[in-house]
Amino acid sequence: MGNHGQVTPGTYHHGHHWKNAHEEFEGAKQGMWVFLVTEVLMVGALFVGYIIFRAMYPEAFHEAHKLLNPKLGLLNTFVLITSSWTMVLGVSSIQRGQVSRCLAYLMTTVGFGFVFLIVKYFEYSHKIHEGILPGGLYTYKELAMDKVPLFFSLYFMMTGVHAFHVILGMGLITWVMLRVKRGEVSKQFFTPVELVGFYWHFVDLVWIFLFPLLYLLG
Amino acid sequence: MAHANSTSHGSNYLNHEKGLWSWLTTVDHKRIGLMYLATVLTYFLVGGIFALLIRLELFTPGGGNLITAQTYNRFFTYHGAIMVFLVIIPAIPGSIGNFVLPMMVGAKDVAFPKLNLFSYYVYLAGGIFATLALFLGGADTGWTFYTPYSIRTSGAVILVVFGAFIAGFASILTALNFIITIHKLRAQGQSWSRLPLLCWSLYATSVIQILATPVLAITLALLIFERVFKIGIFDPALGGDAVLFQHFFWFYSHPAVYIMILPAMGVISEIIPVFSRKPIFGYKAIALASFGIALVAFIVWGHHMFVTGQSELANFVFSLLTMFVAVPTGVKVFSWVGTMYKGSLTFNAPMKYAMGFIELFTIGGLTGVFLATLPIDVHLTDTYFVIAHFHYVMVGGTIMGFVGGMHYWFPKVTGKMYNESSASVAFWLILLGFNLTFFPQFIAGAQGMPRRYWSYLPEFTLMNQLSTIGSWFLAVGFAWTAIYMIRDARKGPKAGDNPWGAGTLEWQSPSPPPHDNFPVDPVVTTWPYDYRGIKI
Repeated sequence: MGNHGQVTPGTYHHGHHWKNAHEEFEGAKQGMWVFLVTEVLMVGALFVGYIIFRAMYPEAFHEAHKLLNPKLGLLNTFVLITSSWTMVLGVSSIQRGQVSRCLAYLMTTVGFGFVFLIVKYFEYSHKIHEGILPGGLYTYKELAMDKVPLFFSLYFMMTGVHAFHVILGMGLITWVMLRVKRGEVSKQFFTPVELVGFYWHFVDLVWIFLFPLLYLLG
Repeated sequence: MAHANSTSHGSNYLNHEKGLWSWLTTVDHKRIGLMYLATVLTYFLVGGIFALLIRLELFTPGGGNLITAQTYNRFFTYHGAIMVFLVIIPAIPGSIGNFVLPMMVGAKDVAFPKLNLFSYYVYLAGGIFATLALFLGGADTGWTFYTPYSIRTSGAVILVVFGAFIAGFASILTALNFIITIHKLRAQGQSWSRLPLLCWSLYATSVIQILATPVLAITLALLIFERVFKIGIFDPALGGDAVLFQHFFWFYSHPAVYIMILPAMGVISEIIPVFSRKPIFGYKAIALASFGIALVAFIVWGHHMFVTGQSELANFVFSLLTMFVAVPTGVKVFSWVGTMYKGSLTFNAPMKYAMGFIELFTIGGLTGVFLATLPIDVHLTDTYFVIAHFHYVMVGGTIMGFVGGMHYWFPKVTGKMYNESSASVAFWLILLGFNLTFFPQFIAGAQGMPRRYWSYLPEFTLMNQLSTIGSWFLAVGFAWTAIYMIRDARKGPKAGDNPWGAGTLEWQSPSPPPHDNFPVDPVVTTWPYDYRGIKI
């Protein structure tokens, strides 16, 4: 974003329409914050939907949430929080010009992303196998209660949208790694690493709200 | 990317690089603005043709003279979806905003030029998906896609919804670009209190786009998932709630009405002081009113659901809040009129359209207050009165502002001057045609004619026939505008750099502007609405 200069290690030329490289960096950062606001509003609608339906059907939601595995949810919470930590370390290493260390941290972050998705895969496939599915597809016999399928409509949409963002984030981190490798990102110009970091923290933050709302609230 | 400023050899953004490829891959905000303009106008033509066909079918009371009921349902869906998502929302920000906003703040480009080009292609992709739906089964849901009908009906609803979903991202990215451009790239000396009112308007518009569009995105995504996977959030048969869709939809789509009108208000705020030769009256009030409108925009959506059975308290609160919209809007209208008071008025085409805007928008706005009034709304819901109301706001407001802006910046964009008497003919055709088309709809609506009907009772015949005849005047007016604009862009007389004697920065640059916008980085020393010392 906003990078229009030719980048060679050591000397970075900012885009011609910016006053200087610092202004360009600040502008890109502001842009990312604005983008994250749109993300908050997007998942916000789902949270509002959850809150409304939960208030309308508290018993059904209470029974339904027991079908989720809070241990796996907790594991994934740890995985993502740790990945945010490695992301921060990646950003701070490129700011110090430690290229290989930065790459290692970014790689670890992507690795944690994979672990998260694998855990999610086991959760999803177990639910699909049991017929614990959204709305019209719900066939689980042990808990045949009105509005329980609605809980899983929300569960699958919310965690699905989140997982999609995790995958996007992993893609973005991989793209940043390639740029670091090519020397396009350096001590002088680390905007992409920092901004993708913002994005990754946002994705974690969403999960930190999803976990208690879906898995813990009884 | 860095190019030397070279205006001495007549180099400008149009001839800076040559060939189709240089346009398709350009990151120059001026060229992207023109690409938006061309695409928006193409969709305006398509949406307009559907409107003409709808009106033609309604020329006589019995249905089926021209098209079947099913085709009719599809046509009003296409007309609405195309005009809202692909024309009115991107029209002014995408074309005029992209071209003018960076120049008004004295910048060389928007903050993120590549993102700007990307957003154009995202918009185009949204348009292509929506257009594909026309050929792959169509959609008959109306542009509002109300559930559960939109979940159960056959056809290519998903494609249209997906098109609107994608076009939404373009809207978000343009807004993001404008906000950062205004914050970070203003010229030296351009304090916030010297920011032109179009920029203030586009800023307020961008805030709404940033906050509202993502909610539409997730709502449309849910609708698609509901159709494909029966996830059951909106369909009562699957355990969901159909009215929740309406809440989500209008949480976006009501603010979207202000996404559509605020940029036009910005254009009008630029035109009126220039053609009154007087500083704008109430600069701060107009700037703040844009944000007042943006704020109120988010707390009035429930007035679209007065008859869905929501609580009486909610109805009462939404009704009251809706009336507050009239306050900042009134502030603007009075400020424009105050600007003209004792001014030295000239009625070139931009000013004519600004007058047209004030007239039509005031009718549209005041009938909005009728509709905000609970008992009246219960009577008028889903009648032609509502149709007339929002066409007065959307066409009488936004399209008048858009066409007025196209005339106002025509000399800057093309370097040529349009023919004033040609423009005058078109303006009167459009103004009279518009009123003839839509005023009878107020009457038919008040008498009880429902919207979206393919046939109607014989007592509404006269009003419908007047309306249909009006639509032909409108069509001729717009067609004539297209003809003389293309003619004059090629062969019109040379326009000076500042033919209107305006004070905003874009007029300090040559017409058409060089690739980098300004031969020398501008420094702002005055308020943009101070006309002392500007000679025409």
